[in-house]
Amino acid sequence: MSAAEKGWKDVPKGGLILDAGNAMEYETGDWRTYKPVWDEEKCIHCMICWVFCPDSSIKVEDGKMVGIDYKHCKGCGICSFECPRKAIEMVLETEENGEAGACE
Amino acid sequence: MSRRVAITGNEAAAEAMRQINPDVVAAYPITPATEIVQIFADFVANGDVDTEFVAVESEHSAMSATIGASAAGARAMTATASQGLALMWEMLYIAAGLRLPIVAPIVNRALSAPINIHCDHSDTMGARDSGWIQIYSEDAQEAYDNIIQAVRIAEHPDIKLPCMVTMDGFIVSHGMGNAELLDDDVVQKFIGEYKPEHYLLDVDNPITVGALDFSDWYFEHRRQLADAHTRVKDVVLQIAKEFKEISGREYKLFDAYRLDDAEVAIVVINSAAGTAKTVVDQLREKGLKVGLLKIRLFRPFPYEEISEALAGVKAVAVLDRADSLSLMGGPLYIDLRAAMYDAPGPRVKMVNYIYGLGGRDINMEQIAGVYDDLFEIAKTGEIKQAVTYLGVRE
Repeated sequence: MSAAEKGWKDVPKGGLILDAGNAMEYETGDWRTYKPVWDEEKCIHCMICWVFCPDSSIKVEDGKMVGIDYKHCKGCGICSFECPRKAIEMVLETEENGEAGACE
Repeated sequence: MSRRVAITGNEAAAEAMRQINPDVVAAYPITPATEIVQIFADFVANGDVDTEFVAVESEHSAMSATIGASAAGARAMTATASQGLALMWEMLYIAAGLRLPIVAPIVNRALSAPINIHCDHSDTMGARDSGWIQIYSEDAQEAYDNIIQAVRIAEHPDIKLPCMVTMDGFIVSHGMGNAELLDDDVVQKFIGEYKPEHYLLDVDNPITVGALDFSDWYFEHRRQLADAHTRVKDVVLQIAKEFKEISGREYKLFDAYRLDDAEVAIVVINSAAGTAKTVVDQLREKGLKVGLLKIRLFRPFPYEEISEALAGVKAVAVLDRADSLSLMGGPLYIDLRAAMYDAPGPRVKMVNYIYGLGGRDINMEQIAGVYDDLFEIAKTGEIKQAVTYLGVRE
């Protein structure tokens, strides 16, 4: 059962958290206003965005930038600001998804 | 064998706590509840109980330490009154929100200002929306019996809610009365071993207690709280039935006294019910059909049962020992009027008397006067004044 399908009868009483390691399940990127959009063509994989990202939301595989973790990115724009090739553009979530605050 | 003793309300509460033998008691002294934990501290010092007694620096800390102990898995208790309960305020909501089955005897006392140490119900009435179960007691016997039953009610798997058991400050807490106390082993067998489902000291099953719960789940957890309260009255009745088997004493959601054929009735909480019952007996001897309903379980409010019990009555006076300052009367009156809105049959005329604030005595003549007023209302169908301050100097 996904979190969206659960009702008040399905969750532990009193707000207790019964499972360890549950921070992995907590998606903190659902209150972003601006969304970073990565242009793979312009990217030189310098990893400056990865160094600066305060939320570890730059996805990396084999030493290369492969995308952005929108479940945890809060849209601060530091990656876009620091990128030497302007390969990350900040776009309003509302323009991207048609509604405020939508995540992916 | 049970013991029949002369005992004050505070002594009876301390005796119940000794027999319950909780794992942890954290408390701070406040008149008129001081004696409860003072006597209990003697039990701890003398080795009569196994309790860890935590002497804290305030009632806020008392409730905080009790919550911590309860969350850790302990059977935990505290006791307080008046300003002490007020200082526990934010922690009361946390105890209920975390679904911790803490039991706390509360001795009813007025709230300042002006400063006053005597009885009224402003303290616990102010905590009525905190999520705690509230059980009111007329005398030392009821306080003792209710505290023991409260352990079972609070810890019941369907409930898991904190429960306060109240008695009137000085009138009951310091007044010597006649009570029958159960044997220690009978009480122990009745309450049984506390087996919490989830607790912090369960190191094999680590949990988080009191985590941040924003707009995504807070509402669901508060909804659970309301759901737990819907099951309280059935559990209260079930525990009362079991308690009767060990004590012979019968408890219900409320006490209906000579109410069956009553034309007019008074609804009252705690010690004033004793005085009012004597008035009922005297008026009944004169052939007047008067009755009384004494509240026991106030939170959750058994509104269906109460409105059913009062449905045949022509006029009802609700006696409140607290004011709500809503200008619609005291808290009990407001709840009861709402309960009676959907009662079957003709609309019952209802009036409110706010009495006894700050320990002002209420006497038999005043209560007889209320019944006179009710007969007049029943006869004329006219309410001249809905809310009356009874016994105040005009």
